[in-house]
Amino acid sequence: MSRGSAGTRALQLLTAGVLAWGLWHLLGWGLWRAEFRPDAAACQALAHAGACWGVVSAKAGTLLWGLPHDGAWWQPASWQGLPLTLGVGLVSYVCSWPLAVALALARRSHWRALAWSASAVIETVRGAPLVIWLFMAAFLLPRLLPTPDSLSLAARVMLVMSVFSAAYLAEVCRAGLQTVPAAQREAADTLGLGWVGTQWRIVWPQALRNVLPALTSHAIGLLKDTSLITIVGLHELTGGLGLSLGGDPVWRPFYFEAYLFIGAVYALMCTALAALGRWLEARWPAIAG
Amino acid sequence: MLDFFQQTAGFDIGETGLMLFDASQPLWRAWLVGLGNTLRVAVPALLWASALGLVLALGQLSPVGLWRRLSRVLVEVHRNTPLLLQLFIWYFLLVTWLPESTEAWPLLPGVWLSKGGLSFPWWVLDDDGLRQWSVPAQGAFNVSGGGAVTPEYLALLIALSHYTAAFLAEVIRAGLQSVPHSLLEAADTLGATRWQRITRVWLPQAWRAVLPPATSQYLNLVKNSSLAVAIGYPDLVSVGNTALNQTGQVWWCLGTMMAVYLSLSWGIAAAMGHFQRVHGQRGGLA
Repeated sequence: MSRGSAGTRALQLLTAGVLAWGLWHLLGWGLWRAEFRPDAAACQALAHAGACWGVVSAKAGTLLWGLPHDGAWWQPASWQGLPLTLGVGLVSYVCSWPLAVALALARRSHWRALAWSASAVIETVRGAPLVIWLFMAAFLLPRLLPTPDSLSLAARVMLVMSVFSAAYLAEVCRAGLQTVPAAQREAADTLGLGWVGTQWRIVWPQALRNVLPALTSHAIGLLKDTSLITIVGLHELTGGLGLSLGGDPVWRPFYFEAYLFIGAVYALMCTALAALGRWLEARWPAIAG
Repeated sequence: MLDFFQQTAGFDIGETGLMLFDASQPLWRAWLVGLGNTLRVAVPALLWASALGLVLALGQLSPVGLWRRLSRVLVEVHRNTPLLLQLFIWYFLLVTWLPESTEAWPLLPGVWLSKGGLSFPWWVLDDDGLRQWSVPAQGAFNVSGGGAVTPEYLALLIALSHYTAAFLAEVIRAGLQSVPHSLLEAADTLGATRWQRITRVWLPQAWRAVLPPATSQYLNLVKNSSLAVAIGYPDLVSVGNTALNQTGQVWWCLGTMMAVYLSLSWGIAAAMGHFQRVHGQRGGLA
């Protein structure tokens, strides 16, 4: 391999220089000149020449768990911050699985009408942005329900997110099902496993294993997508930040540091999910062939 | 149906791009302005994301360790945080740290950047309704003349393109890695320079593998542009949301948004499918 013309070397030096300069300033701002104590006066004295991580130590409670409220903890309507993010993410993920399996099987069905309907559902859900579906949860669903208050906004959002997630998950499952050779199914049939036994013991374990990386990406995508529910007025982790700092004149100037903190929380959760995915891949070895 | 679209809009739109609009015009024109704003941010974001994605993909496959690590970190940071959070951060940075419009930064001759947005030379209508080329200039209170985009537009453009670039980088990298190494070695043997090796052998071979997953990322970009509503950039969904609050006609407003997005998504998917059928199978690898 031809390694490094003069131009390439110059470009390498330039990147190294710019990177060193950037890192120097970043570390200076984020560490050496930064204020870590929850001391508002010291933070203001910095005049943004250094980061005010004090906002995190002072406001971590409301940043993560939301503002104090009267609702009982078990009512989803009273959730905010990280519990709401995790609650909506987890409920939608779990609820989307049965729907996704049904949609994937239906789309591969030999019965044309069923396959066509499943395709229509999947492509319609995937064709429009999540924001529009969330608007439906906020504005349209109350009109369709027998009484407008029969489901809280949080519950309606979970319902919509489950269907949204299921449409994408169904396509991942379908891709997985396509990787399982027909011979596997025929062999299982010959052994007399029956349809359910064949699907449960032979087809799906292989199908899911073969698309494990895509399943991990889907879960990470869903976790990040929960941030959008702030647009319809549910203050989860991303939107809770405005709620926590917006009305606080002391700490309001340090939005940026708080944003970075929230970003780090998401990065941590996404990295953990990715690691879980890799662990599953290692634990559950792929069957060759 | 005509009643819904022909009623008076009754609301103003902050940023109308190439179109002229005011509250007394019919609602269909407001929808059109919204669609125009969606495309006005999505198309440049798409081009910029592709360029950045290619650079990040090549960076990750570079023999230079520093470039590999730098590209890797940039891709991971963008992929592992929500786009909405990135959008909020960019928007916050722009409206906080840019100079006031009384003392805008001159980026290039005739190009000014400030809290008021980015001003650049463009045609404007003069008093006689004629199109005149106009170069913006710093005035006492703001930058006037030429064309301008708002900080909301800039934040959305930057956030969308950087986020999508990180995903495109992975798609392009996988495509590049699918090209057999023997082809690259053959190019070396024939005395190709490193640049020729990339542009004449690697990219032309890889793009067929890249196109289908890249299309789905482009579709995601167009759909993600609807996050505009969170920072108040008047895209299609934002305008639809205003119309919904204004008219209270939930079915019509949500139905219109859906119809436009489904046509966009299905249209792009169909066009890419056709393009692939025509070009994808010609030649190819042995």
